[in-house]
Amino acid sequence: MPSRALKILLPTVTGVLFVLAWYAIHYSMAEEMRFLLPTPGDIILALRDNAESFAQAARNTATGALLGFGCAVVISAGFALTLSLSPLVRISLYPYLMMLQMIPIIIFAPILVLWVGPGIKSVVIITFLICFFPLVVNTTQGLISTDRNLLELFRMYRASRLQEIFRLRVPAALPYFFTGLRIAATVAPIGALVGETFAGSSAGDGGGLGFQAIIYSSQAKYPALFATAAVTCVLGFVFAAVVLTLSWLTLHQWHDSYERTDT
Amino acid sequence: MAATPSVELLDVTKRYGDGPVVLHRVSIAAQPGDFVSLIGPSGCGKSTLLRLIAGLSPLSDGHIAVGGQTPEQAAADLAFVFQEPTLLPWLTVQKNVGLPQKLRGVAPTQRRATCRRVLELVRLGDRGDAYPRQLSGGQKMRVSIARALSLSPKILLLDEPFGALDEMTREHLNEELLAIRQQEAWTAFFVTHSVAEAVFLSNRILVMAANPGRIHTEVAVPFAYPRTEATRLSREYRDLVAEVSRILRSVESAVA
Repeated sequence: MPSRALKILLPTVTGVLFVLAWYAIHYSMAEEMRFLLPTPGDIILALRDNAESFAQAARNTATGALLGFGCAVVISAGFALTLSLSPLVRISLYPYLMMLQMIPIIIFAPILVLWVGPGIKSVVIITFLICFFPLVVNTTQGLISTDRNLLELFRMYRASRLQEIFRLRVPAALPYFFTGLRIAATVAPIGALVGETFAGSSAGDGGGLGFQAIIYSSQAKYPALFATAAVTCVLGFVFAAVVLTLSWLTLHQWHDSYERTDT
Repeated sequence: MAATPSVELLDVTKRYGDGPVVLHRVSIAAQPGDFVSLIGPSGCGKSTLLRLIAGLSPLSDGHIAVGGQTPEQAAADLAFVFQEPTLLPWLTVQKNVGLPQKLRGVAPTQRRATCRRVLELVRLGDRGDAYPRQLSGGQKMRVSIARALSLSPKILLLDEPFGALDEMTREHLNEELLAIRQQEAWTAFFVTHSVAEAVFLSNRILVMAANPGRIHTEVAVPFAYPRTEATRLSREYRDLVAEVSRILRSVESAVA
């Protein structure tokens, strides 16, 4: 088992080597081609020079991602509960759920913009569509995978249907739910970004990171474009970190995925 | 006047759908306080018999009376200890033990008092706040037994509860089970594969045969309670274990 110091040291070393390699590649390129790979320094400068607009864009994207993600969590929970109640309901609805997932966002986004107009509404709907499927599938799987012995136990004690659902099926499904939540949280910012590239607009709040990327790309501002990617990464990390923390808080005391293994 | 049998089975027959007959005309009359062990080759329907008494599965034919009622009506008097500990991993030991009471709507103060009492009975009074995964196999089984005792059942149904444990732990738990029974007079039906365990625990052993499942022989165990480690060392005990093993082998070879 690597020590704690090593766990911090090793990724730091990797990071430093990565940045050095980046500079090496940059300066080994022909001078007139170097604009294709701005150095980390250039990117940080671009970030600093446009700090205001980056902060605003990140806020907008985060809002869209959070709203879409939040709606997906709430609606998918209710939907999964409905699906778990009967195999007949599952059989009836599953193909259409699959279809929802198969909708190509690239084609659907322009249609959506026609329907509800560009802006945050479209972004939220696209994020929702991307987050919904992994949440529903995982949560439903969790709700119907309850240990048979435990179900028998509840029957033995003559538990009501509601007691069985809320005292047994729902808590037993939590690890599955969090698996879906982790997937959804990592795709939510990307979903919002994709949504913004189609449906973002500069109207009012100046648009999100996706919209900004299109602008910087068309203006050939490559350091700023790279900076947009970096900000998106950070946003994704924050989303993932929050969900991982929630998952840890809920599960670490009893679920085997958090067992301390000293090997 | 004879005491009312606390559990009476009359010509109990069970088959699943059109499948083979699992149990054929089984009749048992258990007196209050009996400790009845069911032993027999796999497929003789001993676990099925337990589930029928518990009301977990319907009879195909015959009649079961628990204190004069059907198993469904007598649900409050029955408790079942499964082969696995079947604890809810997200609840602490204390809350696992309190679960049956919670499902019945028992008030929290009374619930806590009962939990303390039954956890003391199984000598886990200090582990109430632990989660199941922090316990050993034997401790988990003790929690499972405490949970079964939490509703003060009159009849305890145990389906090979110690089958997965090592010999030492099993012997300890056997002694503990009998010690608890000195304090709480329930009638027990105990399914097991271990002849030694059956002889040590019960006052009646029903040796069952398979195809179809039926009662082959009843063996009375005359040793007085309380039984201890000394009982296991006695000559009479070992003779009876040998005798029951011989009957069991004859039943098994008849099948093979």
